[in-house]
Amino acid sequence: MSDIRIRIDNKTFALPNAADQRHHAIAELELVVHPHQFVCLVGPSGCGKTTLLNMIAGLDRHYDGRIDMGTAGKNPSIGYVFQNPRLLPWLSVRQNIEVVFQQAPPAALIDSLLDSMQLLDAQHQYPERLSLGMQRRVAIIRAFAIDPDILLMDEPFVSLDAPTARQVRSLLYSLWLKRPHTVLFVTHDLREAIALADRLIFLSPSPMRVISDIEVPIARDRRHDEAFTESFRQQLLQNHPEIGGLL
Amino acid sequence: MPSKESRRNKILAVASIALLLAVWHLLALTLHSPTLPGPALVAATFWRATLSGELPYHLGITLLRLLGSFGVAMLLGCAIGIVLGKNKTLDAFFDNWLVIFLNIPALVTIILCYVWFGLVESAAILAVVINKIPNVIVTIREGARALDKDLLEMAQSYRFGKGKIFKYVIWPQLHPFVMAATRSGLALIWKIILVVELLGRSNGMGYQLHIFFQLFDVASLLAYSFAFVAVIQLMEVGFLKPLDRRSQRWRR
Repeated sequence: MSDIRIRIDNKTFALPNAADQRHHAIAELELVVHPHQFVCLVGPSGCGKTTLLNMIAGLDRHYDGRIDMGTAGKNPSIGYVFQNPRLLPWLSVRQNIEVVFQQAPPAALIDSLLDSMQLLDAQHQYPERLSLGMQRRVAIIRAFAIDPDILLMDEPFVSLDAPTARQVRSLLYSLWLKRPHTVLFVTHDLREAIALADRLIFLSPSPMRVISDIEVPIARDRRHDEAFTESFRQQLLQNHPEIGGLL
Repeated sequence: MPSKESRRNKILAVASIALLLAVWHLLALTLHSPTLPGPALVAATFWRATLSGELPYHLGITLLRLLGSFGVAMLLGCAIGIVLGKNKTLDAFFDNWLVIFLNIPALVTIILCYVWFGLVESAAILAVVINKIPNVIVTIREGARALDKDLLEMAQSYRFGKGKIFKYVIWPQLHPFVMAATRSGLALIWKIILVVELLGRSNGMGYQLHIFFQLFDVASLLAYSFAFVAVIQLMEVGFLKPLDRRSQRWRR
């Protein structure tokens, strides 16, 4: 698998209450993502990050531009963790994970993922009986389990309380270290982005374009050290005043 | 606690049926008219008709017609309802047809079917199907319109095939609407089917009721109706209720 090349010249939406007016969502956005890179897309709410992920996932094809996944001839497999968990309520936790496989689901892998997310006891429950935090973890396992070429994550920890978010974040990170994929992770929380990403892409309010593209040089084993990430954040805000206004 | 409550409910059910029978019995005693036979006489008539094989035969014929027309109406109605629910243009186009078909009196379709196609079995089934289909379409269309877009997107991004999307994403969401169409459908069809039989068939419940009417045989009339009600109730308890429970178990 080679680089993912994204080039969106133009993306507009018809506004629901005024058919002749169009919302200009994305303009001249260019982005190249290397394989197995963890990229955080950081930008204000409503700037078009979810739209971009939907376009990459192939859910939205109405745009001018090209998205080249770097997997010539075949559709890349995509794991998508949506902003809401989007589990099928009529299937149990385990069935929700098994259903996304085209072939026979790998039982041992699913067991180990359930175990690492502390969901083994809940695997035969129906999602609506679980807390939101547990549902989000199931959605993350579902995306990880298929061993995707690209993992898309759209603010997967939003509306979780801080300790749960921290716990799920570190679980996610250790999972990713074991099985690295190309990750595009949308967030508007800079601390979260620094704790996770190899690379930060800052995006402007709509029409969305790339403002700055910054590597995060912190070693992987120092990421959980909050003092360290915090000092990087301060430094980042000082050196790049243009991103301060976005957050 | 729940077992105590369910026992109380059972006692209440038995008491209410007993009261109904008692009122009926008293009424029959006081009026003393051949047009209102008492429960004992109706039960005896029922027993005789069952032993002679007459009642089971006509009831069976009617149930066969019911199942046949119900099956056809549900299959076609579900398919058309899903298409209309998902396609706005087709929906806008055929909406007028639906309104017209919904409002044609059942008797008119039955007479027209017999006039156009003759007094044959297929005409009878067709008349019932035409009466039922618009109801199924309207109910299923509502369900198809309300399909969860988030879940469909999830299925699409994980590359579910068409069959898998239908089985795991669409069907479970339509299920309550299908159950609603089934319930209202059975109630509607068995009322229509009696008229269809009365007008143009030489067997079945409707035909028998017609004969009892001409003979003023109220005891047989009541015996046949109770048999029919009992069969419909059995379907509800033995088939629809368990299906409902199975599909509801994931709900909170």
